[in-house]
Amino acid sequence: MNSVRKTILLGLLCLMYATGIDANTKKSTRLEKPSLVESPKPIQSIPDKLSIAFLSQEKSYSPVLPYFLSPSGDAGLQGALLGIADNNTTGKFTGQSYQLKTTQLPSDGDVNGAFKQLVAEGIRHFIINLPIENLTSLAKLPEASQVLIYDVGSSDDRLRGEDCSANLLHLLPSRAMRTDALMQYLSKKRWQKIFLVTGSDEADKMYASAVKRSAQRFGVKIVAEKLWQFSIDDHRTPESEIPVFTQGVDYDVLLIADESGIFGDLLPFRTWQARPVAGTQGLVPTAWHFTHESWGALQLQKRFRDQAKRWMSEQDYAAWLAVRAIGESASRVKSTDFDKIKGFMLSGEFALAGFKGVPLSFRPWDHQLRQPVLLSTDRSLVAVAPIEGFLHQKNELDTLGYDQQESQCHINN
Amino acid sequence: MKKLSISALFLASIFCTSTHADTLYITLEKDNALAVVDGNTGKLTKTVKIGKRPRGIVLSKDQKQLYVATSDDNTILIIDTATLKPVGKLPSDKDPETFAMDPAGEFLYVSNEDDNLVTVIDIAKRKAIKQIPVGVEPEGIAVSPDGKWVVSTSETTNMAHWIDREKLEIVDNTLVDPRPRSAAFTADGKQLWISSEIAGNVSVFDVDSKQLMKKISFKIPAVTQEKIQPVGIRIDKARRHAYVALGPANRVAVIDAQKLEVTDYFLVGQRVWNVEFSPDEKKLYTANGVSNDVSIIDLENHKVLKSIPVGQYPWGVAVKP
Repeated sequence: MNSVRKTILLGLLCLMYATGIDANTKKSTRLEKPSLVESPKPIQSIPDKLSIAFLSQEKSYSPVLPYFLSPSGDAGLQGALLGIADNNTTGKFTGQSYQLKTTQLPSDGDVNGAFKQLVAEGIRHFIINLPIENLTSLAKLPEASQVLIYDVGSSDDRLRGEDCSANLLHLLPSRAMRTDALMQYLSKKRWQKIFLVTGSDEADKMYASAVKRSAQRFGVKIVAEKLWQFSIDDHRTPESEIPVFTQGVDYDVLLIADESGIFGDLLPFRTWQARPVAGTQGLVPTAWHFTHESWGALQLQKRFRDQAKRWMSEQDYAAWLAVRAIGESASRVKSTDFDKIKGFMLSGEFALAGFKGVPLSFRPWDHQLRQPVLLSTDRSLVAVAPIEGFLHQKNELDTLGYDQQESQCHINN
Repeated sequence: MKKLSISALFLASIFCTSTHADTLYITLEKDNALAVVDGNTGKLTKTVKIGKRPRGIVLSKDQKQLYVATSDDNTILIIDTATLKPVGKLPSDKDPETFAMDPAGEFLYVSNEDDNLVTVIDIAKRKAIKQIPVGVEPEGIAVSPDGKWVVSTSETTNMAHWIDREKLEIVDNTLVDPRPRSAAFTADGKQLWISSEIAGNVSVFDVDSKQLMKKISFKIPAVTQEKIQPVGIRIDKARRHAYVALGPANRVAVIDAQKLEVTDYFLVGQRVWNVEFSPDEKKLYTANGVSNDVSIIDLENHKVLKSIPVGQYPWGVAVKP
C-alpha cells in the first residue's frame, strides 16, 4: 500500500516538473524582479510531445549499513527529472516538450506487467534502474523489441557481453571500465603489486574478475588474494582481525571488492603494513562524484542540488545523461520520432556533453556509453581516466572496458 | 660589464620599439583578485583583491572603468582603472560569468548560467532593465558591431539565440555544435564565429542568412583531439586573422579569416582560456588557467615572447592603451 502511494506521489511530482514547475530553483530570482522576465515566445504553437518512462524497483536484498550510508530512495529519478527540466528549457526553442512517467515498484512488484502497461500506453523510451535479473528478462520480452531501454543502475559486464541485447543502452561505466581506470592509475603510479580482498556476494566476485582482467591488461600483478568471510562481533574486532588478515604479504595496494559496502571501509588504517586501499572503497572508480567540478560540472552539481537537496549520485548522473541523450538527438533530428532519435543516437555523429571534457557516445558493438571514469576518495577527486599516456588508435575512451575485438556482444544496429 | 650592456640594450630595445604602454588587467578566478601587467615590459605591477571568483572583464568605452563579474558575489563590479578601487556595482543577478557591451558602451548583456537568463543592464542607471530566458547554461555572448544583434549561446541546449537588440527578445535560434563556449562577430558585422568545446571546432555563420558557412577543425601533431577544446576567439579588424584559444591543448590557433583555414599554432601556457589583442593588434595576450600565467604573443614576428606568472587561475584579459 505504502509503496503504491509513494508511486502516485512521485508521479505527481514528476508531472509538476514536466509541466514547467521547475521554478523551485528560480523562484527567488524571479520574485525579486518579476517584471523583467518574460516567457519566450514559442516557436511552434503546438509542441511536439515526448513521454519518457522511469521504472525502478526496490532491492529485495539490502545489507545492513550504518545509518550515514543509507542510500536515497530516489536515486536515478532525480537525475531524470533534472534532465526533463533541461530538455524542456531547450524544447521551448525547438517546439519540443518532454514529460516523465514514473513508476517505482516495491521489491515484489510485477516489473514486466508495469513495463507492458507502459508500452501499451505508447511509451518507447524507458529509463530503468532495476536489478540485473529483471533487466535481462525485461529486455527479452516481445513488447520490448520496439523500444529503447536505458540501463542507469547496472555495471554488469555480462549484460554488456554475452547477455547483451540490441534494445539495451548502458549509461553507467561497466565494471571492466571501472577497474581498467583504476589499473591505469596504479600502473602509472607504478604501484603494481596488489593484494585482492573479495567479499562473498556474487557482485563482489564479478568485481574481482574485472580486477583480474584489468590487472593483466595494464601490467599490474595480483600478489595475494583472499576472501573476506568474517563477521565482526564482540569477540572478533576489526582491530584484532585485520592486521592478521593482511600480514605476511609484500604488496603496494590493498584492493577491495565489496560492492555493497559491508566490510571494505573497515580495512583502511587497520592493515599490518601502511598501505593504501582502492577498489570499491578507498580510491574508487566512479561515473560521478560530488567533488568533480571541472568542465562545467559545477553547474550541473549546483543545479541538481538546488532541485534534489542532496548530492547527485551515479544513478542520477546516468539518468540525466539518458534523458539528455534523447533530448540532444531530438533537437538534432528536429523530431520526436522514435526511429529518427534512435538512428541519430547510435550514429557516429552523436556527441553528448556530459561535463567530463570530452564528447560521450555509445559504442556500436555493445551500446555502452563511452565516458571518462573518475577516481575519487571520500572527499577528493584524485584523477580522471583515461590516464594520460594510455593511447588508443580510435578513441582514448576505448582504453576503458571491452573494446570491439574482445567484446562478446555484437549488435547489428 | 658585458652583462650590463646586454641588459641595457635589451631594455633600450623594449622602450624604443614600444609606441605606447598597454596595461593588462587579468581576472584571477581562484585568487579573488585582479592582476595588472605592463604589456610592454611584461611585468606584473600590481595585484588587488576585488571579490569572489572574478571572471568576465570588459573595459568601459571611455577606458576609465573596468566591469568585472565577481561570479560568487553575484555582481558585476565597476572598478576605477586609475585607483583599482571599486566605485560601484551593476545588478547582474546570480552567477554572472561572461558579458558583452554594446558598441556605444551603454548596456551590458550578461549570461546568468544558473538561471538560464540573459540580463540586460543599463550601465549609467546601474539598473537591470530586462531578463531574457535562454537555453540551459548560457555562456558565450556577443553584440554585433551595428548594434542590431545580441547573440547568446547556451552550453547544454547547444544553441545560439539571436536576440533583437531593439525588442530585447529572441527572434531566431540556430543549433550549434556541443557545448558552445564563446561567440564573436567580425568587425564588419558579416560573420558570427562560435567555438564548441566538445566538438572541438569553430563554426562560422553568415549573419544575414544565419546559415553555417564553415566549421573549422583543429589538428595538432602529438595532441589528442579530446584535448582540443576551443574557447576564446579574437578576430582582427581587417578580418585577416583570427585567433582561437584551444584550452587544454595549450595552444592558440591562427586562422586565415578570409579562407577560414588554420595556418599555425602558438604554444602558450596550460589551459588557455581567453585572449585579447593589444589596441594596435600587434600583440595577443592569453590567460592560461592552469599554468597560472599570461603569455604575450608578438603577432608581427609570429613569436611567443614570454609568459608572466600572475596568480591562480587567470580567466580573462582586458587591455587598456
